[in-house]
Formats: sequence, C-alpha cells, structure tokens
Amino acid sequence: MKPSKKIYMIAGYNTISLGTGRKEFNPRKERPGLEHYIKEAGQATLKMIGGATLVDEGVVGNFMASRFNKQGHLGAFLGMIDPELRFKPSIRVEGACASGGLALITGIKSALSGSADVVLAIGVEVQNTVKAIYGADILAGAGWFARRKEGQAYFFPGQFSDRAGAYYQKIGRDKARQAMARWYRNAIENARLCPTAQEFENKVADLEAQGLTEPNPAAFTDHLNVFDCSKVSDGASAIAIVTEAGLKRCGVELKDAVEVVGIGHAADDITTLPADLTRLETIAFAARQALESAGITAQQLATVETHDCFTIAGILGLEAIGLAEEGQGADFVLEGHTARNGKIPVNTTGGLIGWGHPTGATGVHQAITLWEQLTGKAGDAQIQIPADKPYGLSVNMGGDDKTVVAIVYKKTT
Amino acid sequence: MGSGILLLTALEVADQMLRPENSGKHFVVNAVDVTSGALPGLMTYIRAQVLKAAEKKTVKLRKIYAGRPELIENSEIIEAYIADVMGIIRPGTRIEAAYDSTLVFEAVSENAALKTALFKQINENNANKPWIFTNTSSVPIGGLNSDASLDGRILGFHFYNPPAVQKLVELITIESNPAEMKEFALQLAKNMRKIIVPSNDIAGFIGNGHFMRDALYALGEAANLSASMPLHEAIYVMNTLSQDYLMRPMGIFQLIDYVGVDVVRFIMNVMNPHMASENLHSPLLDQFYDKGIKGGQFANGSQKDGILKYENGRPVAVYSLSDSAYIAFDTFKEKAQQWLGPMPAETIPWKNLIKAADKDATAALAFAAFKQQTTAGCRLALSYARHSRQIGLNLVSDGVAASAADVNTVLLTGFFHAYGPVNDFVV
Repeated sequence: MKPSKKIYMIAGYNTISLGTGRKEFNPRKERPGLEHYIKEAGQATLKMIGGATLVDEGVVGNFMASRFNKQGHLGAFLGMIDPELRFKPSIRVEGACASGGLALITGIKSALSGSADVVLAIGVEVQNTVKAIYGADILAGAGWFARRKEGQAYFFPGQFSDRAGAYYQKIGRDKARQAMARWYRNAIENARLCPTAQEFENKVADLEAQGLTEPNPAAFTDHLNVFDCSKVSDGASAIAIVTEAGLKRCGVELKDAVEVVGIGHAADDITTLPADLTRLETIAFAARQALESAGITAQQLATVETHDCFTIAGILGLEAIGLAEEGQGADFVLEGHTARNGKIPVNTTGGLIGWGHPTGATGVHQAITLWEQLTGKAGDAQIQIPADKPYGLSVNMGGDDKTVVAIVYKKTT
Repeated sequence: MGSGILLLTALEVADQMLRPENSGKHFVVNAVDVTSGALPGLMTYIRAQVLKAAEKKTVKLRKIYAGRPELIENSEIIEAYIADVMGIIRPGTRIEAAYDSTLVFEAVSENAALKTALFKQINENNANKPWIFTNTSSVPIGGLNSDASLDGRILGFHFYNPPAVQKLVELITIESNPAEMKEFALQLAKNMRKIIVPSNDIAGFIGNGHFMRDALYALGEAANLSASMPLHEAIYVMNTLSQDYLMRPMGIFQLIDYVGVDVVRFIMNVMNPHMASENLHSPLLDQFYDKGIKGGQFANGSQKDGILKYENGRPVAVYSLSDSAYIAFDTFKEKAQQWLGPMPAETIPWKNLIKAADKDATAALAFAAFKQQTTAGCRLALSYARHSRQIGLNLVSDGVAASAADVNTVLLTGFFHAYGPVNDFVV
C-alpha cells in the first residue's frame, strides 16, 4: 500500500528489554508490570511531541497479556499514561509477534483516513511472569491450536528447528550452522552498542563458538540451540504517527522525522503448513508489497530491521526480502554483508536476538531503530546512511510466517 | 524414609509405569515414616520436587503422553505427570505397609540395631522375600545381612545429601547378593542419573573412610598446635589451611560443622569397632559434643553454629572450649596469618580452581610452590595433602576402593574437591 498522503513517525522511545542478561533482572524479585512499561514509553513519547493534548488517538499492540498477565482490554490503559488521554479513541490490536507492526499499520490507517493527525502507537509485552516452559504454551497461541498437541514442548523453537533442518538439507549443515552463529555474533555485537538492549552487557568473548553449541534434542530442539533463539523479554516501545498537519502541531522539525513511503501487510492461512520450510512466503509477499509501493528495490535500502526471532528466521528473511538469492542467505551473512560495516547493515541495535523480543513491542521497536538510524539519533549504534540509499525497511512477523507487516521508511532531509 | 530417596524412587517407578510395555501393571511406593505429623510436609516437598523434575523434562514427557489427546499444553502434561507420580506414593506410618513389598528402600538413622530390627520384622512377615536397599554411609552390610537373616538380599546405597541433587552414589554389595539384584541396583542408580562408585563392604566405605580420617588428622594437628598457641587459634589455622592452601570448597572444621559434630562423632563410633589397627576417635570432638556444640544445617541448607560460628554462610568465629564462648576471627586472625606465613601466589581460591581448564595442573603449581617455601603454612599444607593422599591409598590397599580413581571420584563428586587426593603433585 502506498500512502495516499505524507505520513511520518517521530519521537520514538524504548524501555529497556528486561530479562536474563540484564543486571536489573532477578527472577526471584518482583518486577515492573505492564502498567510501568506502558507508562514509561508512552510518557516519554508524549514529552517529545509536546504533550498528551496533541494526541488524537491511541493504539496498543500486544500479543498475550491476557495469559502472561491475566490482563485484557489494553486500549483502556491510554488514560493511565496521562489524564489528558482519557476519553480519546484507543484500541488494542493483536497479531501474535506482529502486534507491534499492526499497531503501526492501524495508526497509519487512522492518519490516512483523516480521523487522526497524531496517533500514539505503543507496543508492550511482559513475559517473565511465567517460566519458559509455560511461556512456550502461551506463545504457541501464535500457531493453530489444533496443531499444538503434535508440536514440541518449546513450540516455536520447534517450528523453526524444522525450518533449520530443511535449510541444512538444502545448503549443507555446516555452512548453515556457521551462518547462524555469525548471525548471533552480529546480533550481540550490535546490542552491546545499545544501552536498552537485553544483551547490552553481554561479555562473551567468542560469540561464534557459543553460537555453534550443538543443539540438544533431548532437552530443547533438534536443530536449534538456545543461542539461536530470542530471549524472553519484558518491555515497551512507543512512537508517534503523524500527518504533515500533525507534525506541525507537535512542533517537531522534519529532520527529526522519518517518512513512511511504503507499506506491506499480509496474513496467510494459519491452518496451513508451509509448502517449503526454507521459504518465508508471507514475508516475501509483504516485503515486495512494501518495496514496490515505495518504488524502490531491496538494493536501495541502507538498513533493514528483520524479524530474527531465531537465527534461521533472520537468514531466511534475507532471502524472502530479496537481499540474497534463494539458498544464498547463509553465504550473504558469512560474507559479512549484514554486519554493521557491511553493505546492508541488519538489525543494528541487536534485533530480536540481541535487543530482545517483548513480542507485542517488537514491531514498534523496529520502527524506532530505523527512526533513530535515519535521523542520526542512534548513538553508539549509529551507522552511516548513504545519500543515495535513504531508506530503511522493517519486517515484523507474527507466528510462523502468518502475519507480516513490512514498512519502508525514508530519511526526510 | 528419606525424602530425597522417596523422590528419586517415585520418579523412577513412575518412569517405569509410563513405559508402554508396563501398561496395565500396578505400581506402588509405600512411603513409611514413623512420625505422622511429618507426612503432609513430606508429600508437599515431593510434589514440589516432582513439579521441578517435570518442568525439566517436559520435552520427554510430551513424547510419553503423546497418546493422551486431552493433554495438549505443557502445563497439562506436567500436571498429569505429577498426578501419576503422586498416585504411586502411599504415605503411612505403619511398617506393615512393607509386608507386601518386593523392594524395600530403607533410610533410617545410622543405627545398626534399629536397621536390623526393621529388616527382621519385614523379612519375617513378607512372603515375597523382598530385596532390601539400605541407605547408609558407614554401617557394614554384611553384618546387617547376617543379623537380620536376609540371605544376601540386602545391599547398600550411600547417597550424598541431598540425594535429589547430589550426583554421587556409593554402591555397596556383598558376595552373597544375587547377581540380578546387583544388576537391578546398578541400573536403578543409572536411571537415577547418578555417578556410581562401587565400594567394598568395609565400615565407612570410601566417602566417610576418607572424610573421617581427614577430620581426625585435622583434629589431631589442632591439638598438637595447641601446645604453641591457643586451641581456638589452632583450629582456625587448620581450617584456613585446609580451605585456602588445599584449595577446597570449605575448611575441614566447617565441613565437620556442616555434617554435624554429633553426626561425625556417631559415624566414627559406628566405624571404630570394625577397625582392627586404628582408633577412629577424637577426644577433642568429644569435648565439643559435651559442651553441646553440634553444628548441622537449618532446613534451608544454611549452616548452624558449631565449632565455628557463621554469618551469611561464612565462618566468623571459633568456639573456645576454655572460655565456653565464640571468639571472633578478627581478634587473632592477623597473628595466625603471620604464623602461617605468606601464602604463595600460585594458590587460588577453590571457586577459581574448579573452573580451570586443567585443574590438576593448576593445583600442581601451588604444591610446587609449597615445596619451595619453608613457612609453617606451606609445610603444614604439604603434610596435610600427603596425609590425605595416604588415606586414599590405604582405602585401595585395604580393599575398600577398587582403585585410586574411585577414591578421587568420590572426593571430586561427593565432596566437590577440585583435584583428587591421590595424585603425584603432593608427593
């Protein structure tokens, strides 16, 4: 979908991604809840745009607060952020791990429809309320429940383990494992440059050796180890989606905004199995839609935020987006092209594996990373944006390639 | 019955019950404890531990319960497993529950007379001629076998505390054990995922055979040193030496406290009648015991005050027999350290040594440094380590352990030493 008028994103803010790896995280002690994260992220964005009175609507992306936190009705938390938001339209949207992306799409559609010039979009998830073995049950809700019984204990790691196994068959296990370990290394090294990242304090010296740890089928999955997986995370991200009028209303300069120039949004049939485990067809569809609507090719992108819930998802994502030919994703990574000094830096603040994966917040976090990179606000994680490639692409996936939101952002000045 | 042993047994029986080939068979674990009031707490503990075990092996449990379509989520499978395990256990206070059993796992105190009386009663009333596995750290099995007229249907399991966590098991068999009983015991221990070290049926076996003699050596050395310094300082010196110089997880007096002054004394008393050429007895330990100094652990595993006093898990004072009071380390520590002399830089804390790639080579560097020094600390450390080594060698020559490697395995896995006592670098 090509936006019918100019839409911008401004004033992004991420809380920390809390979970194992962060020094603040202690599973035996009480931790902040949904309210804390929603408030911290929401208030920070409101402060940057000039206050709650300027907001027309709110949208909250969240996957499973109903089970992780026994809390539904998240749209009605908007008024808790600031009393000025009470009685303003607000909804919660859900599309598994693409819930954050759906919050963005929903906000964009509100702005395009004319119903709002300033939308506060928040993504949030608090998952460390249960042990991982029970969290796996909750997250399995992103798949078709009728297949839960035949799935593995760690359901989604099991799904992507099967994809990894198929990819091993296709390109050779050793090369695939090496590329997955390199993906892990890149993710952690990027996260070390971002103070809010869950792996910011990771001190492991030989990350690739750690990434090459042999999978343990008896305790986890056949083809993935724990380093191939994003961690359990708590966190929230907030950003404002504005029209030109909204930008003026907030008094934010154009240089501090990114323009949304291309949108892809696709949902596949959740009851069907992938025809080819080595292809992410919905990502391919949505990314193509986003790039075509922006009028660019993948080769014109300066940077990409892709949904690496698992290292194999990151590599297959490169192929689906069109950055690498089919079956060449591993080589593309091993040749260094996705590193922060490569030809297309990917997941420059660590992605889901390095920054963290508070599921409902991830799509918004991706948008914020691209907003930071394209406006020069990424701090130590800043990469160079070539003048002839002023674009960034985010790809946010829900379930096993079932709901995908892809957005192309353009540097404004 | 010991809670840890009940847990391990129930988990193993449940695993057997859930095998397809055992479908329809009836499995029961009678959990007999003479104290009725202890049973609810025991069952609460078992349930909590089964939950932890189930959470760790959910990958396997999903396969085991694949044929139960109503069990879909991990949480449902975990609850089903807990229900199955708890359904096997029949808690009670009456020994008659063992009259129909085919296998009896006993875990009463280290009291040979009590064990014998129990076994006799069960044996005389049970037509199944049950196998009896006794949990003991010191009581000879042969004596129990003959005194209770068991015809070889008894063998020993020496679990280390807590049995549910500690990996080491000493398996003590006797010649008259049926071959299939020994095989079953070995497989059972393997299924419990234990490190199994065979020990011959000599009182104390390998673990206490080493520990009791090691403790006696330290008690004796402290008594000797008390000729030239106050006893409480001598105890501090020997505790520091055995922890810091020998790079062990805790000093010998802390270990005595951890096990319990009364328990150590009791085990020595159990072992001593079986020792022809040794006297496993410490008058110094008797003196602490007579003063009511017992040590031991609280329910959460933290140490009670004993010969040493503890704050936040660390010893901070030592009991003075002459003053009938604890004397803080801080009041004499500096003087004692000066007496020991500077500790060589090659000596590293146990927590670092245990992580070393080559622990023996790293420890050897420290002992090589000791040999180059003439300080009291280095001299005593070498003597201590050499004595520890000799205890290990004697356990082999006396036929308790099959090999020096078995002695080392027990000290490495049961006592968490970073290097085995039988090594070349202390010679």
